[in-house]
Amino acid sequence: MQTSTSWRSFRMAAWLGWVIESNWTDPFLFAVYSIVKPISGAAILVIMYGIISQGNFDNALFPYIYLGNAFYIYVGAVMTGVSWAVVDDREHYKTLKYMYIAPIHIPLYLLGRGVARFITGSIAVFITLAAGILFLNVKINFAEVDWLLFFTTLILGVVMLALLGLLLAGITLMTVRHEGFIGEATAGALYIFSGAIFPLTVLPEWLRPIGYFMPTTYWLELLRRSLIGNVAQAFPTLANFSNLQILGIMLGLSLFFGVVSIFVFRWCDSIAREKGLIDRTTNY
Amino acid sequence: MEVVSRKYSHKNTGWRLFLSTIIARAYPRIIGQQREISWMLFEVVMPMLAVIAYVFVYRALNAPEEYIGFVVMGGAMTAFWMNILWSMSSQLYWEKEQGNLALYIMAPNSMMAILLGMALGGMLATAMRAIAVTLLGVWLFDVVFTVSSYLQLFLVFMLAMVALYGMGMMMASAFLMFGREAWHIANLAQEPIFLASGFYFPIKSLPFWVAAGASIIPLTLGMDAMRQLIFPTGFKFGFLTVGTEIAILAVLSVVFIVTAKILLAYIEKLAVREGRITESRR
Repeated sequence: MQTSTSWRSFRMAAWLGWVIESNWTDPFLFAVYSIVKPISGAAILVIMYGIISQGNFDNALFPYIYLGNAFYIYVGAVMTGVSWAVVDDREHYKTLKYMYIAPIHIPLYLLGRGVARFITGSIAVFITLAAGILFLNVKINFAEVDWLLFFTTLILGVVMLALLGLLLAGITLMTVRHEGFIGEATAGALYIFSGAIFPLTVLPEWLRPIGYFMPTTYWLELLRRSLIGNVAQAFPTLANFSNLQILGIMLGLSLFFGVVSIFVFRWCDSIAREKGLIDRTTNY
Repeated sequence: MEVVSRKYSHKNTGWRLFLSTIIARAYPRIIGQQREISWMLFEVVMPMLAVIAYVFVYRALNAPEEYIGFVVMGGAMTAFWMNILWSMSSQLYWEKEQGNLALYIMAPNSMMAILLGMALGGMLATAMRAIAVTLLGVWLFDVVFTVSSYLQLFLVFMLAMVALYGMGMMMASAFLMFGREAWHIANLAQEPIFLASGFYFPIKSLPFWVAAGASIIPLTLGMDAMRQLIFPTGFKFGFLTVGTEIAILAVLSVVFIVTAKILLAYIEKLAVREGRITESRR
Protein backbone atom coordinates (compact mmCIF):
# COMPACT_ATOMS: atom_id res chain seq x y z
CA MET A 1 0.00 0.00 0.00
CA GLN A 2 2.78 2.38 1.03
CA THR A 3 4.70 1.58 -2.14
CA SER A 4 1.69 2.18 -4.35
CA THR A 5 0.99 5.54 -2.66
CA SER A 6 4.61 6.58 -3.08
CA TRP A 7 4.75 5.51 -6.70
CA ARG A 8 1.40 7.12 -7.50
CA SER A 9 2.50 10.39 -5.83
CA PHE A 10 5.71 10.45 -7.84
CA ARG A 11 4.15 9.37 -11.14
CA MET A 12 1.21 11.79 -11.04
CA ALA A 13 3.44 14.66 -9.91
CA ALA A 14 5.80 13.96 -12.79
CA TRP A 15 2.89 14.03 -15.25
CA LEU A 16 1.44 17.20 -13.68
CA GLY A 17 4.84 18.88 -13.81
CA TRP A 18 5.25 17.96 -17.46
CA VAL A 19 1.83 19.34 -18.36
CA ILE A 20 2.49 22.61 -16.51
CA GLU A 21 5.90 22.99 -18.13
CA SER A 22 4.83 22.20 -21.66
CA ASN A 23 1.18 23.02 -22.35
CA TRP A 24 1.42 26.81 -22.20
CA THR A 25 2.15 26.91 -25.90
CA ASP A 26 2.33 24.85 -29.09
CA PRO A 27 5.05 22.17 -29.39
CA PHE A 28 7.10 24.23 -31.85
CA LEU A 29 7.41 27.26 -29.58
CA PHE A 30 8.06 24.96 -26.64
CA ALA A 31 10.90 23.29 -28.56
CA VAL A 32 12.36 26.69 -29.47
CA TYR A 33 12.05 27.80 -25.86
CA SER A 34 13.79 24.65 -24.63
CA ILE A 35 16.66 25.03 -27.10
CA VAL A 36 17.34 28.77 -27.34
CA LYS A 37 18.00 29.45 -23.66
CA PRO A 38 20.75 26.85 -23.07
CA ILE A 39 22.35 27.41 -26.47
CA SER A 40 22.52 31.15 -25.78
CA GLY A 41 24.08 30.55 -22.36
CA ALA A 42 26.72 28.31 -23.93
CA ALA A 43 27.27 30.74 -26.80
CA ILE A 44 28.16 33.55 -24.37
CA LEU A 45 31.00 31.40 -23.01
CA VAL A 46 32.06 30.25 -26.46
CA ILE A 47 32.33 33.85 -27.69
CA MET A 48 34.19 34.92 -24.54
CA TYR A 49 36.60 32.04 -25.02
CA GLY A 50 36.90 32.66 -28.77
CA ILE A 51 37.75 36.36 -28.32
CA ILE A 52 40.51 35.76 -25.80
CA SER A 53 42.00 32.62 -27.36
CA GLN A 54 41.64 34.12 -30.85
CA GLY A 55 39.69 31.13 -32.02
CA ASN A 56 41.98 28.43 -30.69
CA PHE A 57 39.43 25.83 -29.64
CA ASP A 58 42.03 23.06 -29.27
CA ASN A 59 43.07 24.17 -25.79
CA ALA A 60 42.01 21.75 -23.00
CA LEU A 61 40.29 24.60 -21.21
CA PHE A 62 37.62 24.86 -23.90
CA PRO A 63 36.06 21.39 -23.47
CA TYR A 64 36.47 21.88 -19.70
CA ILE A 65 34.33 25.05 -19.84
CA TYR A 66 31.91 23.76 -22.46
CA LEU A 67 31.12 20.40 -20.86
CA GLY A 68 30.94 21.88 -17.36
CA ASN A 69 28.47 24.49 -18.55
CA ALA A 70 26.42 21.94 -20.51
CA PHE A 71 25.98 19.52 -17.61
CA TYR A 72 25.42 22.35 -15.18
CA ILE A 73 22.04 22.83 -16.88
CA TYR A 74 20.92 19.86 -14.76
CA VAL A 75 21.76 21.69 -11.53
CA GLY A 76 19.45 24.58 -12.26
CA ALA A 77 16.79 22.36 -13.82
CA VAL A 78 16.51 19.55 -11.27
CA MET A 79 17.29 21.41 -8.04
CA THR A 80 15.17 24.45 -8.84
CA GLY A 81 12.50 22.24 -10.45
CA VAL A 82 11.82 20.50 -7.15
CA SER A 83 11.88 23.61 -4.96
CA TRP A 84 9.91 25.76 -7.41
CA ALA A 85 6.97 23.34 -7.10
CA VAL A 86 6.32 24.79 -3.62
CA VAL A 87 6.11 28.36 -4.97
CA ASP A 88 4.03 27.27 -7.95
CA ASP A 89 1.53 25.24 -5.93
CA ARG A 90 1.28 27.49 -2.90
CA GLU A 91 1.47 30.96 -4.42
CA HIS A 92 0.44 30.62 -8.04
CA TYR A 93 -2.09 27.80 -8.31
CA LYS A 94 -2.94 27.89 -4.59
CA THR A 95 -3.22 24.11 -4.54
CA LEU A 96 -0.51 23.10 -2.07
CA LYS A 97 -3.04 22.79 0.77
CA TYR A 98 -5.06 20.34 -1.35
CA MET A 99 -1.93 18.31 -2.00
CA TYR A 100 -1.32 18.13 1.73
CA ILE A 101 -4.81 16.78 2.45
CA ALA A 102 -4.70 14.35 -0.49
CA PRO A 103 -3.52 10.74 0.11
CA ILE A 104 -0.07 11.35 -1.32
CA HIS A 105 3.50 11.42 -0.04
CA ILE A 106 4.55 15.10 -0.15
CA PRO A 107 8.36 14.71 -0.54
CA LEU A 108 7.83 12.25 -3.40
CA TYR A 109 5.24 14.55 -4.92
CA LEU A 110 7.78 17.41 -4.91
CA LEU A 111 10.50 15.17 -6.31
CA GLY A 112 8.08 14.08 -9.03
CA ARG A 113 7.41 17.70 -9.94
CA GLY A 114 11.12 18.00 -10.70
CA VAL A 115 10.96 15.25 -13.34
CA ALA A 116 9.56 17.57 -16.01
CA ARG A 117 12.47 19.96 -15.56
CA PHE A 118 14.81 16.96 -15.68
CA ILE A 119 13.36 15.99 -19.06
CA THR A 120 13.55 19.51 -20.52
CA GLY A 121 17.01 19.87 -18.95
CA SER A 122 18.14 16.61 -20.60
CA ILE A 123 16.97 17.88 -23.99
CA ALA A 124 18.90 21.12 -23.41
CA VAL A 125 22.05 19.22 -22.33
CA PHE A 126 21.83 16.95 -25.36
CA ILE A 127 21.39 19.84 -27.78
CA THR A 128 24.20 21.84 -26.17
CA LEU A 129 26.54 18.85 -26.41
CA ALA A 130 25.52 18.12 -29.99
CA ALA A 131 26.15 21.76 -30.97
CA GLY A 132 29.57 21.60 -29.33
CA ILE A 133 30.53 18.41 -31.12
CA LEU A 134 29.13 19.41 -34.51
CA PHE A 135 30.10 23.08 -34.70
CA LEU A 136 32.65 23.92 -32.02
CA ASN A 137 35.24 21.23 -32.21
CA VAL A 138 34.46 19.68 -28.81
CA LYS A 139 36.31 16.42 -29.37
CA ILE A 140 34.42 13.48 -27.89
CA ASN A 141 35.53 10.13 -29.22
CA PHE A 142 32.49 7.93 -28.61
CA ALA A 143 34.57 4.74 -28.83
CA GLU A 144 36.70 5.92 -25.92
CA VAL A 145 33.91 7.20 -23.69
CA ASP A 146 33.64 5.37 -20.37
CA TRP A 147 29.88 4.80 -20.64
CA LEU A 148 29.58 2.92 -17.35
CA LEU A 149 31.24 5.74 -15.45
CA PHE A 150 29.22 8.31 -17.38
CA PHE A 151 25.80 6.84 -16.67
CA THR A 152 26.64 5.89 -13.06
CA THR A 153 27.82 9.44 -12.40
CA LEU A 154 24.90 11.02 -14.25
CA ILE A 155 22.25 9.02 -12.36
CA LEU A 156 23.89 9.50 -8.97
CA GLY A 157 24.24 13.20 -9.66
CA VAL A 158 20.63 13.67 -10.68
CA VAL A 159 19.45 11.90 -7.51
CA MET A 160 21.81 14.08 -5.46
CA LEU A 161 20.48 17.24 -7.15
CA ALA A 162 16.87 16.18 -6.58
CA LEU A 163 17.61 15.70 -2.86
CA LEU A 164 19.27 19.12 -2.72
CA GLY A 165 16.10 20.42 -4.36
CA LEU A 166 14.11 18.88 -1.51
CA LEU A 167 16.29 20.76 0.97
CA LEU A 168 15.54 24.00 -0.87
CA ALA A 169 11.84 23.09 -1.01
CA GLY A 170 11.86 22.82 2.79
CA ILE A 171 13.45 26.24 3.15
CA THR A 172 11.02 27.63 0.56
CA LEU A 173 8.09 26.38 2.67
CA MET A 174 9.30 28.58 5.50
CA THR A 175 10.07 31.65 3.40
CA VAL A 176 7.89 34.53 2.27
CA ARG A 177 8.00 36.80 -0.76
CA HIS A 178 11.41 35.82 -2.09
CA GLU A 179 11.06 32.07 -2.52
CA GLY A 180 11.77 32.38 -6.22
CA PHE A 181 15.25 33.66 -5.56
CA ILE A 182 16.33 30.77 -3.34
CA GLY A 183 16.79 28.15 -6.05
CA GLU A 184 18.38 30.56 -8.49
CA ALA A 185 20.76 31.99 -5.91
CA THR A 186 21.85 28.49 -4.81
CA ALA A 187 22.34 27.35 -8.40
CA GLY A 188 24.26 30.57 -9.12
CA ALA A 189 26.53 30.08 -6.12
CA LEU A 190 27.19 26.43 -7.02
CA TYR A 191 28.08 27.58 -10.55
CA ILE A 192 31.03 29.44 -9.04
CA PHE A 193 32.07 26.97 -6.36
CA SER A 194 31.72 23.76 -8.40
CA GLY A 195 34.35 24.69 -10.93
CA ALA A 196 31.69 24.41 -13.62
CA ILE A 197 33.27 26.87 -16.07
CA PHE A 198 36.74 27.43 -14.64
CA PRO A 199 39.12 25.25 -12.62
CA LEU A 200 38.77 25.75 -8.84
CA THR A 201 42.39 26.87 -8.71
CA VAL A 202 41.29 30.19 -10.26
CA LEU A 203 39.29 30.95 -7.11
CA PRO A 204 41.06 32.73 -4.23
CA GLU A 205 42.66 30.12 -1.99
CA TRP A 206 40.37 30.78 0.98
CA LEU A 207 37.26 30.10 -1.14
CA ARG A 208 38.42 26.78 -2.59
CA PRO A 209 37.42 24.61 0.41
CA ILE A 210 33.77 25.49 -0.28
CA GLY A 211 34.19 24.01 -3.75
CA TYR A 212 35.85 20.88 -2.38
CA PHE A 213 32.87 20.36 -0.05
CA MET A 214 30.31 20.46 -2.89
CA PRO A 215 29.34 17.11 -4.47
CA THR A 216 28.67 18.94 -7.75
CA THR A 217 32.42 19.63 -8.08
CA TYR A 218 33.18 15.88 -8.21
CA TRP A 219 30.09 15.14 -10.29
CA LEU A 220 31.16 17.55 -13.05
CA GLU A 221 34.76 16.34 -12.90
CA LEU A 222 33.68 12.70 -13.36
CA LEU A 223 31.34 13.57 -16.22
CA ARG A 224 34.19 15.36 -17.99
CA ARG A 225 36.61 12.51 -17.33
CA SER A 226 34.16 9.88 -18.57
CA LEU A 227 33.64 11.79 -21.82
CA ILE A 228 37.06 13.23 -22.62
CA GLY A 229 39.41 11.34 -20.33
CA ASN A 230 42.85 12.85 -19.99
CA VAL A 231 41.86 16.30 -21.22
CA ALA A 232 39.83 16.89 -18.06
CA GLN A 233 42.63 15.51 -15.92
CA ALA A 234 44.99 18.17 -17.28
CA PHE A 235 43.85 20.61 -14.59
CA PRO A 236 45.46 20.40 -11.18
CA THR A 237 42.29 20.70 -9.08
CA LEU A 238 41.60 16.96 -8.75
CA ALA A 239 44.44 15.58 -10.86
CA ASN A 240 45.83 13.51 -7.97
CA PHE A 241 42.61 11.54 -7.55
CA SER A 242 41.62 8.48 -9.56
CA ASN A 243 38.12 8.12 -11.01
CA LEU A 244 37.19 5.62 -8.31
CA GLN A 245 38.38 7.92 -5.55
CA ILE A 246 36.37 10.81 -6.95
CA LEU A 247 33.33 8.57 -7.31
CA GLY A 248 33.74 7.54 -3.65
CA ILE A 249 34.01 11.17 -2.49
CA MET A 250 30.99 12.13 -4.56
CA LEU A 251 28.98 9.22 -3.18
CA GLY A 252 29.93 10.11 0.40
CA LEU A 253 29.07 13.79 -0.02
CA SER A 254 25.83 12.92 -1.83
CA LEU A 255 24.81 10.64 1.03
CA PHE A 256 25.67 13.32 3.55
CA PHE A 257 23.71 16.03 1.72
CA GLY A 258 20.87 13.58 1.00
CA VAL A 259 20.42 12.76 4.69
CA VAL A 260 20.69 16.44 5.65
CA SER A 261 18.10 17.31 2.98
CA ILE A 262 15.59 14.76 4.25
CA PHE A 263 15.95 15.91 7.85
CA VAL A 264 15.83 19.62 6.94
CA PHE A 265 12.72 19.06 4.82
CA ARG A 266 10.97 17.15 7.61
CA TRP A 267 11.83 19.85 10.11
CA CYS A 268 10.71 22.69 7.82
CA ASP A 269 7.56 20.77 6.93
CA SER A 270 6.58 20.33 10.57
CA ILE A 271 7.24 24.01 11.32
CA ALA A 272 5.24 25.04 8.23
CA ARG A 273 2.28 22.91 9.37
CA GLU A 274 2.53 24.25 12.91
CA LYS A 275 2.65 27.90 11.82
CA GLY A 276 0.01 27.56 9.11
CA LEU A 277 2.40 28.31 6.26
CA ILE A 278 1.10 25.66 3.88
CA ASP A 279 -1.69 27.81 2.43
CA ARG A 280 -0.11 31.21 2.91
CA THR A 281 0.16 33.37 -0.19
CA THR A 282 2.44 36.37 -0.25
CA ASN A 283 1.48 37.90 -3.58
CA TYR A 284 3.00 35.76 -6.29
CA MET B 1 -16.75 65.83 8.27
CA GLU B 2 -16.27 69.13 6.49
CA VAL B 3 -12.50 68.65 6.56
CA VAL B 4 -12.85 65.22 5.00
CA SER B 5 -15.21 66.31 2.27
CA ARG B 6 -13.03 69.34 1.49
CA LYS B 7 -10.01 67.11 1.13
CA TYR B 8 -11.70 64.72 -1.27
CA SER B 9 -13.62 67.40 -3.16
CA HIS B 10 -10.35 68.57 -4.74
CA LYS B 11 -9.77 66.78 -8.03
CA ASN B 12 -6.73 66.83 -10.24
CA THR B 13 -7.50 66.94 -13.93
CA GLY B 14 -5.54 67.35 -17.16
CA TRP B 15 -1.77 67.48 -16.82
CA ARG B 16 -1.98 67.61 -13.01
CA LEU B 17 -3.79 64.27 -12.99
CA PHE B 18 -1.26 62.94 -15.50
CA LEU B 19 1.64 63.99 -13.26
CA SER B 20 0.06 62.76 -10.04
CA THR B 21 -0.64 59.39 -11.71
CA ILE B 22 3.02 59.12 -12.71
CA ILE B 23 4.13 59.91 -9.16
CA ALA B 24 1.56 57.56 -7.63
CA ARG B 25 2.67 54.64 -9.82
CA ALA B 26 6.36 55.40 -9.32
CA TYR B 27 5.94 55.56 -5.53
CA PRO B 28 5.68 51.81 -4.83
CA ARG B 29 8.71 51.23 -7.08
CA ILE B 30 10.93 53.80 -5.38
CA ILE B 31 9.74 53.75 -1.77
CA GLY B 32 7.66 50.58 -1.35
CA GLN B 33 10.21 48.25 -2.89
CA GLN B 34 12.95 49.48 -0.59
CA ARG B 35 10.96 48.24 2.41
CA GLU B 36 11.74 44.63 1.49
CA ILE B 37 15.46 44.69 2.17
CA SER B 38 15.93 41.02 1.24
CA TRP B 39 14.70 41.76 -2.30
CA MET B 40 17.33 44.45 -2.68
CA LEU B 41 19.93 42.03 -1.41
CA PHE B 42 18.89 39.29 -3.83
CA GLU B 43 18.67 41.73 -6.74
CA VAL B 44 22.26 42.76 -6.14
CA VAL B 45 23.54 39.26 -5.33
CA MET B 46 22.01 37.54 -8.39
CA PRO B 47 23.76 39.67 -11.06
CA MET B 48 26.93 39.56 -8.94
CA LEU B 49 27.00 35.75 -9.13
CA ALA B 50 27.05 35.91 -12.93
CA VAL B 51 29.64 38.69 -12.82
CA ILE B 52 31.91 36.68 -10.52
CA ALA B 53 31.60 33.54 -12.67
CA TYR B 54 32.40 35.38 -15.91
CA VAL B 55 35.25 37.34 -14.32
CA PHE B 56 36.86 34.06 -13.23
CA VAL B 57 36.42 32.65 -16.73
CA TYR B 58 38.32 35.65 -18.11
CA ARG B 59 40.92 35.22 -15.36
CA ALA B 60 41.29 31.51 -16.28
CA LEU B 61 41.87 32.61 -19.87
CA ASN B 62 44.38 35.32 -18.81
CA ALA B 63 42.29 37.96 -20.53
CA PRO B 64 43.34 41.64 -20.51
CA GLU B 65 41.99 43.57 -17.49
CA GLU B 66 39.58 45.63 -19.63
CA TYR B 67 37.43 42.53 -20.02
CA ILE B 68 36.95 42.31 -16.25
CA GLY B 69 35.61 45.87 -16.40
CA PHE B 70 33.34 44.95 -19.33
CA VAL B 71 31.84 42.11 -17.29
CA VAL B 72 31.26 44.31 -14.22
CA MET B 73 29.55 46.94 -16.36
CA GLY B 74 27.49 44.30 -18.19
CA GLY B 75 26.47 42.76 -14.85
CA ALA B 76 25.29 46.14 -13.59
CA MET B 77 23.28 46.72 -16.75
CA THR B 78 21.55 43.32 -16.47
CA ALA B 79 19.60 44.85 -13.57
CA PHE B 80 17.95 47.23 -16.05
CA TRP B 81 17.13 44.50 -18.56
CA MET B 82 15.66 42.28 -15.83
CA ASN B 83 13.61 45.24 -14.65
CA ILE B 84 12.32 45.79 -18.19
CA LEU B 85 11.35 42.15 -18.55
CA TRP B 86 9.83 41.43 -15.16
CA SER B 87 8.63 44.82 -13.95
CA MET B 88 7.72 46.61 -17.17
CA SER B 89 6.84 44.14 -19.92
CA SER B 90 5.17 41.61 -17.65
CA GLN B 91 3.70 44.18 -15.28
CA LEU B 92 0.32 44.63 -16.93
CA TYR B 93 0.05 40.83 -17.08
CA TRP B 94 0.78 40.61 -13.32
CA GLU B 95 -1.72 43.42 -12.67
CA LYS B 96 -4.31 41.45 -14.63
CA GLU B 97 -3.57 38.31 -12.62
CA GLN B 98 -3.95 40.23 -9.36
CA GLY B 99 -7.11 42.02 -10.47
CA ASN B 100 -5.65 45.54 -10.53
CA LEU B 101 -5.72 46.07 -14.27
CA ALA B 102 -9.47 46.54 -14.45
CA LEU B 103 -9.17 49.19 -11.69
CA TYR B 104 -6.48 51.03 -13.65
CA ILE B 105 -8.69 51.15 -16.72
CA MET B 106 -11.81 52.14 -14.79
CA ALA B 107 -10.06 55.00 -12.97
CA PRO B 108 -10.12 58.39 -14.73
CA ASN B 109 -6.36 58.42 -15.35
CA SER B 110 -4.24 57.86 -18.41
CA MET B 111 -2.78 54.39 -18.90
CA MET B 112 0.22 56.08 -20.52
CA ALA B 113 0.80 57.92 -17.22
CA ILE B 114 0.70 54.59 -15.37
CA LEU B 115 3.31 53.15 -17.73
CA LEU B 116 5.47 56.27 -17.39
CA GLY B 117 5.21 56.01 -13.59
CA MET B 118 6.24 52.37 -13.73
CA ALA B 119 9.17 53.31 -15.96
CA LEU B 120 10.33 56.24 -13.87
CA GLY B 121 10.06 54.33 -10.59
CA GLY B 122 11.68 51.22 -12.06
CA MET B 123 14.53 53.23 -13.54
CA LEU B 124 15.39 54.99 -10.28
CA ALA B 125 15.04 51.88 -8.11
CA THR B 126 17.07 49.78 -10.54
CA ALA B 127 19.75 52.46 -10.80
CA MET B 128 20.45 51.95 -7.09
CA ARG B 129 20.92 48.21 -7.63
CA ALA B 130 23.12 48.81 -10.69
CA ILE B 131 25.29 51.22 -8.67
CA ALA B 132 25.59 48.61 -5.91
CA VAL B 133 26.67 45.93 -8.43
CA THR B 134 29.21 48.32 -9.97
CA LEU B 135 30.67 49.32 -6.59
CA LEU B 136 30.90 45.68 -5.50
CA GLY B 137 32.57 44.77 -8.79
CA VAL B 138 35.04 47.64 -8.48
CA TRP B 139 35.83 46.63 -4.90
CA LEU B 140 36.18 42.89 -5.58
CA PHE B 141 38.08 43.05 -8.85
CA ASP B 142 39.93 46.38 -8.73
CA VAL B 143 38.25 47.72 -11.85
CA VAL B 144 39.45 51.20 -12.80
CA PHE B 145 37.18 53.57 -14.73
CA THR B 146 38.67 56.51 -16.63
CA VAL B 147 35.91 58.69 -18.01
CA SER B 148 36.91 60.54 -21.17
CA SER B 149 33.76 62.70 -21.40
CA TYR B 150 31.25 63.04 -18.56
CA LEU B 151 28.83 64.93 -20.77
CA GLN B 152 28.73 62.23 -23.41
CA LEU B 153 28.53 59.52 -20.74
CA PHE B 154 25.54 61.25 -19.14
CA LEU B 155 23.88 61.70 -22.53
CA VAL B 156 24.44 58.07 -23.55
CA PHE B 157 23.15 56.72 -20.24
CA MET B 158 20.03 58.91 -20.22
CA LEU B 159 19.20 58.20 -23.87
CA ALA B 160 19.76 54.47 -23.36
CA MET B 161 17.41 54.54 -20.35
CA VAL B 162 14.70 56.54 -22.14
CA ALA B 163 14.86 54.24 -25.17
CA LEU B 164 14.99 51.11 -23.01
CA TYR B 165 12.03 52.06 -20.84
CA GLY B 166 10.16 53.22 -23.95
CA MET B 167 10.74 49.73 -25.29
CA GLY B 168 9.50 48.32 -21.96
CA MET B 169 6.31 50.37 -22.22
CA MET B 170 5.80 49.10 -25.74
CA MET B 171 6.33 45.50 -24.67
CA ALA B 172 3.96 45.93 -21.71
CA SER B 173 1.13 46.52 -24.18
CA ALA B 174 1.98 43.37 -26.10
CA PHE B 175 2.26 41.31 -22.91
CA LEU B 176 -1.26 42.44 -21.99
CA MET B 177 -2.55 39.97 -24.55
CA PHE B 178 -0.57 37.06 -23.11
CA GLY B 179 -1.76 34.51 -20.63
CA ARG B 180 0.61 31.99 -19.09
CA GLU B 181 3.01 32.59 -21.99
CA ALA B 182 4.04 35.93 -20.44
CA TRP B 183 6.19 34.29 -17.77
CA HIS B 184 7.90 32.01 -20.27
CA ILE B 185 8.45 34.73 -22.87
CA ALA B 186 10.07 36.98 -20.26
CA ASN B 187 12.16 34.03 -19.09
CA LEU B 188 13.21 33.31 -22.67
CA ALA B 189 14.33 36.89 -23.29
CA GLN B 190 17.22 36.70 -20.82
CA GLU B 191 20.22 34.69 -22.05
CA PRO B 192 19.62 35.33 -25.78
CA ILE B 193 19.61 39.09 -25.10
CA PHE B 194 22.67 38.84 -22.84
CA LEU B 195 24.34 37.13 -25.80
CA ALA B 196 23.15 39.37 -28.64
CA SER B 197 23.62 42.64 -26.76
CA GLY B 198 27.13 41.81 -25.60
CA PHE B 199 26.59 42.14 -21.86
CA TYR B 200 29.83 40.28 -21.12
CA PHE B 201 31.96 40.97 -24.21
CA PRO B 202 32.29 43.76 -26.78
CA ILE B 203 29.52 43.64 -29.36
CA LYS B 204 32.15 44.29 -32.05
CA SER B 205 33.16 40.63 -31.66
CA LEU B 206 29.90 39.55 -33.29
CA PRO B 207 29.39 39.63 -37.08
CA PHE B 208 28.41 43.15 -38.24
CA TRP B 209 24.82 42.36 -39.18
CA VAL B 210 24.20 40.44 -35.96
CA ALA B 211 25.49 43.41 -33.95
CA ALA B 212 23.45 45.80 -36.12
CA GLY B 213 20.31 43.72 -35.56
CA ALA B 214 20.95 43.58 -31.81
CA SER B 215 21.21 47.37 -31.78
CA ILE B 216 17.43 47.53 -31.74
CA ILE B 217 17.82 46.82 -28.02
CA PRO B 218 18.97 50.17 -26.61
CA LEU B 219 21.33 48.57 -24.09
CA THR B 220 23.46 47.19 -26.94
CA LEU B 221 24.55 50.59 -28.20
CA GLY B 222 24.31 52.15 -24.74
CA MET B 223 26.81 49.68 -23.28
CA ASP B 224 29.06 49.88 -26.34
CA ALA B 225 29.23 53.67 -26.09
CA MET B 226 29.75 53.61 -22.31
CA ARG B 227 32.58 51.10 -22.66
CA GLN B 228 34.26 53.47 -25.11
CA LEU B 229 33.83 56.35 -22.69
CA ILE B 230 34.89 54.78 -19.38
CA PHE B 231 37.81 52.53 -20.31
CA PRO B 232 41.06 54.02 -21.62
CA THR B 233 41.32 51.48 -24.45
CA GLY B 234 37.54 51.13 -24.82
CA PHE B 235 37.45 52.85 -28.22
CA LYS B 236 39.38 49.85 -29.66
CA PHE B 237 36.37 47.67 -28.90
CA GLY B 238 33.70 50.09 -30.15
CA PHE B 239 31.15 48.88 -32.69
CA LEU B 240 30.27 52.40 -33.95
CA THR B 241 31.53 55.83 -32.93
CA VAL B 242 30.04 57.31 -29.77
CA GLY B 243 28.43 60.16 -31.77
CA THR B 244 26.67 57.73 -34.11
CA GLU B 245 25.47 55.64 -31.19
CA ILE B 246 24.07 58.72 -29.44
CA ALA B 247 22.16 59.66 -32.60
CA ILE B 248 20.72 56.16 -32.99
CA LEU B 249 19.71 56.03 -29.31
CA ALA B 250 17.92 59.40 -29.69
CA VAL B 251 15.96 58.03 -32.66
CA LEU B 252 15.14 54.80 -30.79
CA SER B 253 13.86 56.81 -27.81
CA VAL B 254 11.35 58.70 -29.91
CA VAL B 255 10.29 55.65 -31.93
CA PHE B 256 9.72 53.43 -28.87
CA ILE B 257 7.75 55.99 -26.87
CA VAL B 258 5.51 56.97 -29.79
CA THR B 259 4.96 53.30 -30.68
CA ALA B 260 4.19 52.51 -27.03
CA LYS B 261 1.43 55.15 -27.02
CA ILE B 262 -0.11 53.90 -30.26
CA LEU B 263 0.19 50.24 -29.29
CA LEU B 264 -1.22 50.80 -25.81
CA ALA B 265 -4.35 52.47 -27.18
CA TYR B 266 -4.82 49.69 -29.76
CA ILE B 267 -4.15 46.75 -27.43
CA GLU B 268 -6.28 48.23 -24.65
CA LYS B 269 -9.20 48.46 -27.06
CA LEU B 270 -8.57 44.94 -28.32
CA ALA B 271 -8.27 43.51 -24.82
CA VAL B 272 -11.52 45.20 -23.75
CA ARG B 273 -13.30 43.94 -26.88
CA GLU B 274 -12.07 40.36 -26.40
CA GLY B 275 -12.73 40.38 -22.66
CA ARG B 276 -9.11 39.82 -21.67
CA ILE B 277 -8.85 42.57 -19.06
CA THR B 278 -10.21 40.47 -16.21
CA GLU B 279 -9.25 37.08 -17.60
CA SER B 280 -6.81 35.00 -15.57
CA ARG B 281 -5.45 32.00 -17.44
CA ARG B 282 -3.53 29.96 -14.95
